[in-house]
Amino acid sequence: MARLVLSLDGQVLAEYNMSKERYTVGRLPDNDIRIDNPAVSGHHALVINILNDSFLEDLNSTNGTYVNGKIIKKHALQDDDVITVGHHTLRFVDGEGDEPADEFEKTMVISSRDAARMAVPPPPPPPPQAAGAGAGMGPQGAFANGALPKAKLQVLSGQFAGRELELVKTLTTLGRPGVQVAAITRRADGFYIVHVESGTEGDFPQVNGAPIGPQARKLHDNDVVQLAGVKMGFFVN
Amino acid sequence: MRHKGKFRCVGVTDTGRVRDHNEDTFGTDANIGLVVLADGMGGYKAGEVASGITVRTIMGLVKDAVDREDLGQRDEETGLTRPAILLRDAIQRANKIINQTAKTQANCEGMGTTVVAGLFFDDKLTIAHVGDSRLYRMRDGRLEQVTQDHSLLQELVARGFYTPEEAGRASAKNYVTRALGVDQAVEVEITELPVLKDDVYLLCSDGLSDMVEDDDIQLTISTFGANLETLAKQLVMLSNDNGGRDNISIVLVKVLESFPAQRRVIDRLLGMFA
Repeated sequence: MARLVLSLDGQVLAEYNMSKERYTVGRLPDNDIRIDNPAVSGHHALVINILNDSFLEDLNSTNGTYVNGKIIKKHALQDDDVITVGHHTLRFVDGEGDEPADEFEKTMVISSRDAARMAVPPPPPPPPQAAGAGAGMGPQGAFANGALPKAKLQVLSGQFAGRELELVKTLTTLGRPGVQVAAITRRADGFYIVHVESGTEGDFPQVNGAPIGPQARKLHDNDVVQLAGVKMGFFVN
Repeated sequence: MRHKGKFRCVGVTDTGRVRDHNEDTFGTDANIGLVVLADGMGGYKAGEVASGITVRTIMGLVKDAVDREDLGQRDEETGLTRPAILLRDAIQRANKIINQTAKTQANCEGMGTTVVAGLFFDDKLTIAHVGDSRLYRMRDGRLEQVTQDHSLLQELVARGFYTPEEAGRASAKNYVTRALGVDQAVEVEITELPVLKDDVYLLCSDGLSDMVEDDDIQLTISTFGANLETLAKQLVMLSNDNGGRDNISIVLVKVLESFPAQRRVIDRLLGMFA
């Protein structure tokens, strides 16, 4: 369970377990966390706990609420954040280590009333773009570079024979629209060729003389790809 | 209203690499321009019961209505279009059925589902959604998320606690704040937008949007946009390559031609004198 550790001049004064949804911080006696000091406003700040996350909001205090030295109005609390109100500090400890964290659990429903209980004005219209859709996927994301194999195509026939194309992108489109188009996708385990479109239904690219069909086909070193009448060799570097 | 030949629709659903069964359901009807996708949740098999009821109910009710009424009317009191009212009412009907089923069948207790549905009519798309299943639009090579999730995370972003970038790293990804089946009534969000020829619309469950970044979805659509079947397969493959931690469902609609409504003769005549 998350908790707040109240200190003054390095001396711990009290610890508060975040066992309920809202904790007010202020000078007046009706606060959950009361700090009786003239530098603290009557109702200074508010901590809201939702599921495993905690949020801090300044309640228009006279002297402001600071997190790690920066003044804030609203802030999503993270482990070890130090909140300053007046001369006192509240250190936030998220207690995540207490429970096993499986962030990708099944979707659950919570009542929107829970979310609505947060003491904040109705939301402004959200920005049109994705709200962090899939952001932070990190380096394991589909198109992360890294230790992927390197490969190239070399044209073997026609007027461009000898020309090379390094396959550095995650998706490389080849061919001529209206005639035959294919794409080469680079995945963790290698390169695949996929049919995209052709002028004639069912006219698929060929690998080593055999049509690949509608499925993705993995490419191996020295494979010969034939597309829109042009032959290309596939070579792993 | 018949839309034969105006759209190409493709749907796929995949269990992913972690779950042992698939709780998603989708439905498409290119003739009337209707697409529906639902991501169910609940123990045992209840998730697919909920998403299945939802897709069947919406497909059935909307098709009946499209066959027998004029969708060009607008409700005088609320200003809502007929497609908006049809989708909303059908979703609310599905909600009641799921809620009732959950109460009366022991192994369906607590089941629920998200839904996103789109109805194409008169060069417009009407979208109704509940929960975190999404609709994206690809136009001129740019992907745009049209629906906003009804999720805790999205609410926190809207309230200013997180920036969208921080939200991607946040822990509370998988809490939806609205779902079908949970309560007697459900609030349905409606969005309407004009449609252009060559637009591609993507409906998906969070098994895609949580696993694949928007930029990667955009690149994949621009590469494979000419071939919806392959595009759908590639998107599923990307989700699975990234871990496939949830069921993945994808519905794609490509607009081949504009589809203005046929005005009734009497309206056209009146229009001449207006």
